[in-house]
Amino acid sequence: MHVHLHNPKRDVEIAGPLRVAELMNSLGLNRESVLVIRGDSLVTGDATLADTDVVEIRPVISGG
Amino acid sequence: MRCKPCGADAVIEIRRHRVAFCRDCFLHHCQEQVRRAISSHRMMGHSERVLVAISGGKDSLAVWDILLDLGYTADGVYLGLGIGDYSDTSRTYAEAYATARGAHLRVVDIPTEHGFGIPDAARATKRVPCSACGLSKRHLLNTAALDGGYDVLATGHNLDDEAAVLFGNVMQWHVGYLARQRPVLPATPGFARRVKPLIRLGERETAAYCVLKGIDYIVDECPMAAGNRHLRYKETLNEIEDRSPGAKAAFYFQFLDQMLPVLDDVAAAERDLVGTCSRCGAPSSAEICAFCKLVEKAAPTADDERQIG
Repeated sequence: MHVHLHNPKRDVEIAGPLRVAELMNSLGLNRESVLVIRGDSLVTGDATLADTDVVEIRPVISGG
Repeated sequence: MRCKPCGADAVIEIRRHRVAFCRDCFLHHCQEQVRRAISSHRMMGHSERVLVAISGGKDSLAVWDILLDLGYTADGVYLGLGIGDYSDTSRTYAEAYATARGAHLRVVDIPTEHGFGIPDAARATKRVPCSACGLSKRHLLNTAALDGGYDVLATGHNLDDEAAVLFGNVMQWHVGYLARQRPVLPATPGFARRVKPLIRLGERETAAYCVLKGIDYIVDECPMAAGNRHLRYKETLNEIEDRSPGAKAAFYFQFLDQMLPVLDDVAAAERDLVGTCSRCGAPSSAEICAFCKLVEKAAPTADDERQIG
């Protein structure tokens, strides 16, 4: 699957199928700090992402 | 995962509530949390005029959207901070939302109206940019609310913001700041009432609200804020939250319930110290307020930068 990340902006390819929670673990991300967006909606931690999916992992922490 | 209220496929789980929601039930949940915050802290009434501080980010656009959906008369005010492309882009998001929603957005551009931007202010004061930014926002948003005749100024501070500020204030034992950290700061001479309707929503929820509602917002972090102490506190609290869901909410809401009443006398004593700035007339505990001092230092720095450039 194609994964778009922020801070810094980058794109990575990760083999699917893979559960969202496993993807978070493999990228070392805290699930409290990001949203996983597929298309125009969100996916929960137990959802399975297909090898052909395009997802964005969007940070939610803002400061200042 | 299924939506708890209706059984449809869930799109978001909120671990501290042990619940998952579909899109429509989640949007209803957000609205209810804001309605409950407004009601339980007596923030404002439907007959009052509200000015919402808009940054172009998720929290400010979410609170504006929810207040409008709840039937409040709410205008927005955007402060141009003079932070290059970041300010240009964030203003675009704020204006696009206002246009799409048919809402009124006032714009105050600090470089145009006061002769400096936040980077100039940071250089001039030799302090972190977020300090000058926060000071400018507090002063100018309050001025915009008073000059516009609004009854109340609403900001997009969410549960994570409040928990992180509380964490920082406790780490330093800033008792005066702790006494002022309230969901509602009542109107006093020279100060508009300030309210924080998002205190019952985490920032993951406000971001999800915008995504599911189709509200575009600036995702990139302010370049001046990168690595600041507030962000580090949030990361620390999220590590605790990941292991103990509900920890942030308990930390903040127990503070409101258990500690704020103890600090009422401190807050009253601080209010008694407030006088009036001899230059601009704003409330200040010094002869010249912090914002006027900032303008005095930063505007010449901005002139120097323009001449060098």
